[in-house]
Amino acid sequence: MQNFEWPYPVEWDKEETITADVLVLGGGIAGCMAAISAARKGQNVVLVEKGATKMSGAGGSGCDHWESAATNPCSKITPEILTNAMLDDNNGYNNGISHYIECREGYDRLLDIEKMGGKIRDTDDEFKGAAFRDEKSKLMFAYDYESKITLRIWGTTFKPAMFNELKKLGVKIFDRIMVTSLLTEGGRQGNRCVGATGIHTRTGKFLIFRGKASIMCMSRPARIWMFSSDHTGLCEFRPTQCIGDGHAMGWIAGAEFAMMEKSVRTEFSAAGRSYPPYGTGNNHNTWYGASIIDSTGKEIPYADRDGNILDSVEKRFLPVKGQPFFLKGGSVDNPKYVYEGPETLPFSDMIEKGYKLPFYADLSCLPEMERKVIWGMMIGEEGKTRVPIYENYKNAGFDPEKHVLQCYGTGWTSASFLPQERQLFGLPGGFLNNWELKTNIEGLYVAGDSLYASNCYGHAAATGYYAGRHASKYSSRANVVQFSREQVDTEKKRIYTLLQNNPETAIGWKELNMSIAKTMQTYCGDIKYDDLLNTGLLCLQEYEKKVVPNTYAYNPHELIRLLEVFDILTVSQIILHSCIARKTSSKSLCFNRGDGPRSEAGNDKRLITVKQVNNKVVIDEIPLDFFGDLKENYKKYNKDYIGGN
Amino acid sequence: MPVSKPILFNAEICTGCNICADICQVDIFIPNPEKGKPPVVLYPGECWYCGCCVMVCPSEGAITLHHPLMNQVNWIAKSELQTPV
Repeated sequence: MQNFEWPYPVEWDKEETITADVLVLGGGIAGCMAAISAARKGQNVVLVEKGATKMSGAGGSGCDHWESAATNPCSKITPEILTNAMLDDNNGYNNGISHYIECREGYDRLLDIEKMGGKIRDTDDEFKGAAFRDEKSKLMFAYDYESKITLRIWGTTFKPAMFNELKKLGVKIFDRIMVTSLLTEGGRQGNRCVGATGIHTRTGKFLIFRGKASIMCMSRPARIWMFSSDHTGLCEFRPTQCIGDGHAMGWIAGAEFAMMEKSVRTEFSAAGRSYPPYGTGNNHNTWYGASIIDSTGKEIPYADRDGNILDSVEKRFLPVKGQPFFLKGGSVDNPKYVYEGPETLPFSDMIEKGYKLPFYADLSCLPEMERKVIWGMMIGEEGKTRVPIYENYKNAGFDPEKHVLQCYGTGWTSASFLPQERQLFGLPGGFLNNWELKTNIEGLYVAGDSLYASNCYGHAAATGYYAGRHASKYSSRANVVQFSREQVDTEKKRIYTLLQNNPETAIGWKELNMSIAKTMQTYCGDIKYDDLLNTGLLCLQEYEKKVVPNTYAYNPHELIRLLEVFDILTVSQIILHSCIARKTSSKSLCFNRGDGPRSEAGNDKRLITVKQVNNKVVIDEIPLDFFGDLKENYKKYNKDYIGGN
Repeated sequence: MPVSKPILFNAEICTGCNICADICQVDIFIPNPEKGKPPVVLYPGECWYCGCCVMVCPSEGAITLHHPLMNQVNWIAKSELQTPV
């Protein structure tokens, strides 16, 4: 099968133990900021990352805007008002704690990153005089130029700056290590987290990490419904190897999850029906404010929330009279009227009025600064756009002053997926947290995409730093606890035994992932029925019992891919259990039932939580506003930080 | 033959330093068995198309990244749009 000999030493039989005060699991934005924060608190910090920390994670290659920086000097919105708007816009199905942290501390993190060497303001005066630039601070804003809560940033500079800071602070970085499980005191589910196990992605060597406190900073689950064996890396929005390992190992360790029944119809899967994000004609996110024209050159008008046509480009970036701000960005798809901003008129109206397809994004008619900031700064800085879009299109002759870029599909998402083609996107489920960003497991903290209802860069950075602070507080008064040798040996057996299988007859990672995706599309599609969900669960349990033990990997790299699919299998079961637990439809959770009351009953306005106790699934529910008063509770738990630390 | 070839090396420019292989978070490359030659794209289907390999390459033009053919998109000169008759 392999044409090349594996170039790295294979060390299936080797084992190493590493001890830390604070163990950070995942080296993306949240993980780096968590490690920086803990190291600044004097803790001995170990960071474990599957890729290469310098540029890995969802924000590793860049980012063009930072949302909800409500405490920046130009912001006109308080963190309380903004967080409450984010909660209200989702009927309460959102993470009040983590988004308050994002709104309250996001700008502090930007200043931090700037000190590390990241670029957060227009220091070169490239955009002097632009409507979106504050001349005094040189900060640049996106979307709503009135409220000034979202900043445009030079995100390609961020991750390398964080990496240098980690090194400066003496954080021990373990790159190319996949964390495979959490270690719990005595090896028992639900007990204190005392460390984690890992495997080297190139050599297969086994690692044991001991930590007084651990911070879960891994990505959200992916490839649950969407899979392509040929373009696995394009299946989802997040990086290929970010498939929800953290959720899976947390579930096995006894961690509690919320909102795992939520999934949305797929918006991004360039392996399937969509095109590369930000690479086609559109007017959302990076491209917000771009003009859209039809194929005869006629412009599709922008309108305010009442349908009044806007007569200038400037008004695309302003709330209407009397509206304090509007919401736009990554997780805002269909905002409520009160938060609704300008939009181009609906696609269907345009067709009725005789506008000709295809449509195009047209930057040529924008004011020069608006054109330059989209095609140049934003497309140059957003993750996955600098090289394959900005550089490549430019080299192929694309000139934003002359050319118009084609739109695909019928809306800005560039594709129409089938209802059963789903993904965890737009505030998906994850670990349940308290005001310390601690999970229900003693010693286990959580940040970034691991949290329930997570979203963007600023959220990851702010919650990472916050979790690092609180984990340090715990770590400084806790002891290192010896791990259970039996738990470690069970994990080693799980990982390595399959290498003894016969490659001629065993199943590889792609076949298993494809089968899980098909099962989830079949039994857990758009409309949920208990009978189907239960059948799907049985099917996945069969895979676990009969297929997983009969798998094979040719080298450490393929073993990692296989272990990831085992995690996808675990996460799929969390989703099925959560779907079974929610008995009525919920619009806010994009959750439709075919066998229960259609509308959301008052009683169902609760967060349903799921966890395992003694390997039995335990369902619970808590009020949507369980976190209480935002400002008061933040103050109560962060006295030292407010004091200026 | 892989379904798509996300990454192509120019063997005349590439020095085989493997910096691209070291930065790739998905780890789709392996170093070339022959020292000084471009890395081998062993797992092209796993490419996330982030472009970090190109961004860190010290030898301009040694490495190019392209979306698969099915994801190549179209643009047109605005002056060529058909105005209604």
